[in-house]
Amino acid sequence: MATETVRPVRVRRRGGPARTSEGRRAEARLAFWLLIPTGVILAVIIAYPVVRAIWLSLLSDNRFGTPEFVGFKNYIRALTGTGSDTFWQAFWFTTLLTIVTMTFELVIGFSMALIMNRAFRGRGLVRASVLVPWAIPTAVAAQLWLWNFNPTGVINAVFHTKIIWTGSHWPSFWAIALADVWKTAPFIALLVLAGLQIIPGELYEAAKVDGATAMQRFRRITLPLVKGAVIVAVLFRMLDVLRIFDLPFIMTNGANQTETLSTIAYKESIQNVHPSYGSTLSTLTFFYIVVTVFLVNWVAKADVVKSSAGRGVS
Amino acid sequence: MAVTTAPAPPAVRARPASRVAGFVRERGWLLLGVALIVVFCLAPFYWMIVSSLKANPLLDQGLYPKNPTLLNFREVFSGENKFQYALRNSVIVAGTTTLLALFIGVFASYALARLQFRGKKLVLGAVLATAVFPLITLLTPLFQLFSDLHLIDTYPPMIVTDISFTLPLSIYVLTSFFSEMPWELEMAAKVDGATPGQAFRKVIVPLAAPGVFTTAIIVFIAAWNEFLIAYTMTQTLKSQPVTVAIAKFTGVSRFEQPFGTIMAAGVLVTIPLVIMVLLFQRRIVAGLTAGGVKG
Amino acid sequence: MPRRLVKFVLIGAVIALVLTACGGGNGGGGGAEGTGPITFVAGKDTSGKYPAVINKWNAAHPDQKVSLLELPTAADAQRSQFVTNLQAKSDRYDVLGIDVVWTAEFAKSKWLLALDQGQFPLAQMLQPAVETGKFDGKQWAIPYDTNGGLLFYRKDVLDKAGKQPPKTFDELKALCPLAKQNGMDCYAAQFKKYEGLTVNFAEAVQAAGGEIMTDNGTKVALGAPAVQGLTFLADGFKQGYIPKPAITYQEEESRTAFMSGKLMFLRNWPYVYTLASQADPANKVRGKFGVAPLPGFTGTGSSSLGGLNLAVSAFSKKQKTAVEFIKFATNQANAKEMVGLTGNAPAWTALYSDPDLVKKFPHLPVLLQGLQAAKPRPITPYYQEVTSAIEDNAYAALQGQKSPDQAVNDLSAKLNEIAQNG
Repeated sequence: MATETVRPVRVRRRGGPARTSEGRRAEARLAFWLLIPTGVILAVIIAYPVVRAIWLSLLSDNRFGTPEFVGFKNYIRALTGTGSDTFWQAFWFTTLLTIVTMTFELVIGFSMALIMNRAFRGRGLVRASVLVPWAIPTAVAAQLWLWNFNPTGVINAVFHTKIIWTGSHWPSFWAIALADVWKTAPFIALLVLAGLQIIPGELYEAAKVDGATAMQRFRRITLPLVKGAVIVAVLFRMLDVLRIFDLPFIMTNGANQTETLSTIAYKESIQNVHPSYGSTLSTLTFFYIVVTVFLVNWVAKADVVKSSAGRGVS
Repeated sequence: MAVTTAPAPPAVRARPASRVAGFVRERGWLLLGVALIVVFCLAPFYWMIVSSLKANPLLDQGLYPKNPTLLNFREVFSGENKFQYALRNSVIVAGTTTLLALFIGVFASYALARLQFRGKKLVLGAVLATAVFPLITLLTPLFQLFSDLHLIDTYPPMIVTDISFTLPLSIYVLTSFFSEMPWELEMAAKVDGATPGQAFRKVIVPLAAPGVFTTAIIVFIAAWNEFLIAYTMTQTLKSQPVTVAIAKFTGVSRFEQPFGTIMAAGVLVTIPLVIMVLLFQRRIVAGLTAGGVKG
Repeated sequence: MPRRLVKFVLIGAVIALVLTACGGGNGGGGGAEGTGPITFVAGKDTSGKYPAVINKWNAAHPDQKVSLLELPTAADAQRSQFVTNLQAKSDRYDVLGIDVVWTAEFAKSKWLLALDQGQFPLAQMLQPAVETGKFDGKQWAIPYDTNGGLLFYRKDVLDKAGKQPPKTFDELKALCPLAKQNGMDCYAAQFKKYEGLTVNFAEAVQAAGGEIMTDNGTKVALGAPAVQGLTFLADGFKQGYIPKPAITYQEEESRTAFMSGKLMFLRNWPYVYTLASQADPANKVRGKFGVAPLPGFTGTGSSSLGGLNLAVSAFSKKQKTAVEFIKFATNQANAKEMVGLTGNAPAWTALYSDPDLVKKFPHLPVLLQGLQAAKPRPITPYYQEVTSAIEDNAYAALQGQKSPDQAVNDLSAKLNEIAQNG
């Protein structure tokens, strides 16, 4: 950026070049048409069932009769009534699982991305091997880990332990967490890697020339510029983990208080054929996730404001 | 970022010897890191391969197959399982989903990132909100919808639903990529005499390549791995993808678990994916060097 | 601008709703008298028993061909497929191969066609099996095969010590030191938190002479026998005659433990017989095991009744063909062929003394003994919730989180709640 050829006005505005009001309207129209396919698909496939589910949650379950409107009765049942033990157990288990797996996935995924970003021979193969856990269908992976965590399985054999992993609460927790981290750290690695690769190498060179240490380069260059990718990765991983279903369902079936918000919703909706109560649980999960997303966004933006103020005009 | 332009001698006054030592040490750490990554990612996969080559993996817990056999792989394609149809279905569903989701996603992200209009935050928020609802509750109403349209056991329900699940993430990733791209590029290209179409193709597209291919991989794998919707909406090998087919593998009796066959199917399903990803990876790097921030 | 987007989203949602409402009508006519090609829906099976009977039928009825539609092997997975399709009143499924415990639920949901008992030779089938197809006085399903638990034991070890297989649990416990001497665990079955646990709990209760529910699932009958049965199992984990890892066992894990030579007594389904007789380097029990009826507390025990029944979907458009096919598939000749292919327990009483079959499957007479005393799991339309409640409480007792007394009390309370509210 030290050398600039003479070019016409080059103010880096957020949002691009200035527009006339007619240009604005044309842009808005174009944007509208570009967004239509997205709108239609999401409306039919997601919005309609969600609205229906919320409506159902206000009715009572009456399998062999007619359901009636009961307002928030199902919600009260889930939060403080007969369903509350199950609900809150699932709530805390899911939350703890989310925090633990996200932490490990971030650290491991980020490290993997950093390493994959370096130029060395065989990099392609390393990248491919990193994607293996993620590419294996969840059903197969769940079976694999279920057998690995069997009392006579590989995990106990390798670490010389005799833990009955899926037989009690905390071992089950760590078994599920490990299986999940193994399977999805690559996802984070991939997104962070894409973000890392946008960072021009010249920035690092310049910093090295100025005597910045590796740690300083990491904190001042890498972290701020990769923040966007990390936030997207964190956000979407969090959405997924809060709704985790396959792994706990296959590995423990919710035994030993390892139910998650999605397993209890599934059991009520599909197994017990209680669509209304099941929808209630899903809606509660939905609100919980929305609140969490807002929190993460708020925390992330606060950071972004601080760091861009410190950076000055680039 | 304090960039000093003082013409001082290089701040690194290290002597050659320790510089080499530093280089070696860095390489050493790098190698260790790589080794750890590879072991972490591949060890369970190794176990999967080994199990698929054993005749009786449930009983035989050895670290390598003493009498490796292709029995499980034969079983996967046998008359009972007919896995080749499931593979065909998965490829069609995941491939179509990826193409369509990218198409629709690029349109939407371009609008969100590069065009100005009111209510952007609302749109982004609404898109994100659709990604939040637990899948379970969508199953019954969607089944009813597709059943009434006589589309059960066909490709469309899976494709359309997979697109709707992967759109939010695609839009977010692509939007963040499109908005990071400097505005000057388009203008510079125009100044250099390119038409908008050429500017789009020769400047924007190569730069967007990493984002687009990353999104493509994510969408493809998500569609490939999808289970619940496929399981609910399909009934025969006419449309069942691999995830459902594997769930229906069986041994001789109701209770027997064909662990070896499942592992063999898992291996078969993963390797093509990995190869495909390897190919995409090259394009990411190519895209970077082609467009390039040329300063 | 956003207003127009919102408008379009709403229009999209309305379109979806309209589509759903419109598509509903499946057209009238052709139900009970309908004939033509039909689908037979059942869990996947590699023994070839379904193709065998289907090919014969198709050859004889070329204009009413049967096509097999396979569901996953796990019972729960099959049920959710049935529930999804039948709830949507789809006409895709004609003949249904359903687990014995689903009859009440499916019948009450009006998903099944009531069958005319006179058309089927029910008197010549095992009565407990026939009962599993009944609900509310009507016959909704015909037994295709049945299933009962067996005690597999290490004959070689017992013979060497000059002992007979145990008839009661006390006798079994007395033989446990023998297991330890030979480096084995004593007794195991299926104790993971799933349907198999309900089966084992039911068998423990029945072994003590008790029941779980009566009167079509409206009355809870748990009492002292339930506590006795559950105590035996819970003590097993506490005192060690049931190995701790058994808390994670389903059928396959327990079979593996037995076939690796690590277990002396195993409770499992007859399918283990065929597999444990196979020559395989990993199979350590070939020729060394025997089969006995389940032990009880005061005498022989009682097994829980499993098996598969055939029913007709209420929404099928070709019910006449469906009923005829069921008659064909469950006749004696086809039942005999089915047993020959699978070693499963037939519903026909006469087949247990059929010389050809007994030669091939010597465990059939023992099986018959067990089946005649077998009892079904609770017959109730709310079976899903009942089994969930049983699994929860039994599992907690086995884990030592609740005393067997407490677990039975809690279970009674929950079952009462289910029976009253549904």
